[in-house]
Amino acid sequence: MSLDSQPPAAGPQVGADEWVARQAHRREYLPSWLGTGQRWLERVGWWPKLLVVGLAGAALPLLGLGGFQLQVGIDALVIALLAVGLNIVVGWAGLLDLGYVAFFGFGAYGFALLSSSQIGPNGIHLPTYLSVPIVMIGAAVLGLLVGWPSRRLIGDYLAIVTLFFGEAFVEFTNNVAPSVLGGPNGIVGIDPISVFGRQITTNAGYYYLLVVVLVLTMAVLRLLDTSRTGRAWRAVREDPLAAASMTIPVNRVKLMAFMFGAVVAALTGTIFAAQQISVFPTDFDTPILILIYAGLILGGAGSIAGAAAGALVLMVIYDGLLRSPTDSGYLFYGLILLTLVVKLRPWRRLAVVLAATVALGFAAHAVAGAISARAVAGGPHSTGWLAAALRDWVVVPANAQVLGNWGYVLLVCLLIALVQVGRRWRTILLPPTICLASFVWETRLAVEPAITRQLMIGAILIVMMNARPQGLLGSRRVEAIT
Amino acid sequence: MTAESERPGQARDPAQPGHGDSGRAAESVLNLDRLSLSFGGLRALSELDLRVDDREIVSLIGPNGAGKTTVFNVITGVYQPNSGDVLFAGRTLAGQPPHRIARLGIGRTFQTLRLFLNMSVIENVMAATYGNTKAMPWESVLRLPRARREEREVRALAEDVLSFFGQRLAGYRWDQPAYSLSYANRRRLEIARALATRPRLLLLDEPAAGMNPAETHEITELIARLRDERDVAVLVIEHDMHVVSGCSDRVIALDHGVKIAEGGFDAVASHPAVVEAYMGRDPEALSDAG
Repeated sequence: MSLDSQPPAAGPQVGADEWVARQAHRREYLPSWLGTGQRWLERVGWWPKLLVVGLAGAALPLLGLGGFQLQVGIDALVIALLAVGLNIVVGWAGLLDLGYVAFFGFGAYGFALLSSSQIGPNGIHLPTYLSVPIVMIGAAVLGLLVGWPSRRLIGDYLAIVTLFFGEAFVEFTNNVAPSVLGGPNGIVGIDPISVFGRQITTNAGYYYLLVVVLVLTMAVLRLLDTSRTGRAWRAVREDPLAAASMTIPVNRVKLMAFMFGAVVAALTGTIFAAQQISVFPTDFDTPILILIYAGLILGGAGSIAGAAAGALVLMVIYDGLLRSPTDSGYLFYGLILLTLVVKLRPWRRLAVVLAATVALGFAAHAVAGAISARAVAGGPHSTGWLAAALRDWVVVPANAQVLGNWGYVLLVCLLIALVQVGRRWRTILLPPTICLASFVWETRLAVEPAITRQLMIGAILIVMMNARPQGLLGSRRVEAIT
Repeated sequence: MTAESERPGQARDPAQPGHGDSGRAAESVLNLDRLSLSFGGLRALSELDLRVDDREIVSLIGPNGAGKTTVFNVITGVYQPNSGDVLFAGRTLAGQPPHRIARLGIGRTFQTLRLFLNMSVIENVMAATYGNTKAMPWESVLRLPRARREEREVRALAEDVLSFFGQRLAGYRWDQPAYSLSYANRRRLEIARALATRPRLLLLDEPAAGMNPAETHEITELIARLRDERDVAVLVIEHDMHVVSGCSDRVIALDHGVKIAEGGFDAVASHPAVVEAYMGRDPEALSDAG
């Protein structure tokens, strides 16, 4: 957008448009030096950015990533690919498709059947250059079959029908033809993918493959987005009736979006199956769908780069940081501190809240310790320097499970109260809330990473929706008010 | 009417099939033949006959709820009539879906603006060429010759129709999102978008609604220019009588889905049935008559 270029001085004075555009433009940027960086980034074209980020992604393993980090990277790239595909359906065509993960499963199962000993006495071991295209074409047909009966459905109705389809896929793989699909035991012993005659067997190999496929997919979708097809998708999302009146065959365009989304998901599924060497029905259940959607929304639906970036950020946090107690502790306390620093103004108020929080923690610890040694015998669950810093600040009783649960309930009540009350009471309530939050964290949440991960992702999404509703890289959208 | 057969901005060939082969001087573009439509028990249109000739500007007036917009929705295929027929250039439009009717050459704007708000100004116009272009998705991805040529033509067409509005939709606005436009400019962009479908007949639904007097005057001139420079017939719904008197060749008044008057502006405006539809019956005049 070249909004900085002035309108020709000789033209008529039409002020309103320019003013609106400029205000909207200004609001898109962060304040001060952050905004400067943002403007500078905006001047770089889309393609150079993709190239640089792609190369950087490919160079990451050279830093010496371990097995765990590499696995996190692979998971993140798989979800990123899925999010980029889902962006076609949700972000561009505006169809709420909750059965999307079934196409991912179809790709994985399709590839698994075509490249394992599952069917027939010796199995089918098709070479990659045959099996992957077959699976992708199959997914397109399946997308057509699912999309055809639901092509006239919009909004909630489409969501229900597709959700049913997604669940039906899980049930299908669980129960139908156990000798072929393996039931809950899935399919194991899947051939690796081979590229140019070379088999990929290492995790590093699949990491590179996924980076290349993701960059290529993003490039293809970018070319599609700037063509008549992409314009038609977005027009249908904006206003189906107007789109139809402007020569766009709405149903056909929707079906096409469905098919393209399905093909990307199936392609991802083939790589996923080959990398895992096995597929199980639970790999394609609702939790994965939620992750894909969370990534897409976090990054900004409607933007290719946003979908990829959102999914990568989400998965690195979800799968990487939140798995290790130390990292998740840093993330937890870091997020609290960051939110306070960003949200609390003026600085005096921030200083007061921080000082009060620190003082309250030490005071509570001292009082509790004076009453009974058992009241502080638990010690923080966090490790590393965080543990040292928190030892005398957070009260952790010896056997804190029940107390922690009650603390959790109280924390939820306090958070609700915090949202409802006015500014003065919020300042007063903040220090005890933070102390209670760290108490709950140290006693319960850090012990149960499986639950905590979900809660943290939810919290991050809520914060994101408030701070930047269009997502990380999305652009602001307006709704027609009529 | 594909992108290949017509270059942007080129005048329509008057000798193309469907033109001038009847004995009349002006070929009718649109013919509504005893059109009826009811929603449940409500008769929205009854036995409506309506004709628009080639390069003619016809105004459709009538009080609120008279069925004016319903006429547009039946013509563009949004509603299917219960009986009667819509003929466009001699061919029936019965059963055709909206996108195909648009491709045949009927462009429309909406009373409640229906722009693609989150797309850029020029994308709004380019999107309207979908039905008249042919490149498949893979051709677009690989940027094959046909896709490249169509994209060039579509861009040229879009720039051409936007230039029709002069400074109002000047070049620096083309890449701005449509939601940043002012109300009046959104109305202009709707007309530009409808023009990009290469219409022979343009249906304008209250193009001057919400505009100030200067802008209203501009719209009146614009409608005349559409006919003169773009060779389209125009059927316009309008409440502003300055616009109606300023541009129409013929005025048709509707009330309760029935045509109550037709003819020149002065004749229709003073027609007793029209006055009654707008003002109600004058009791004194009634008693005088009685």
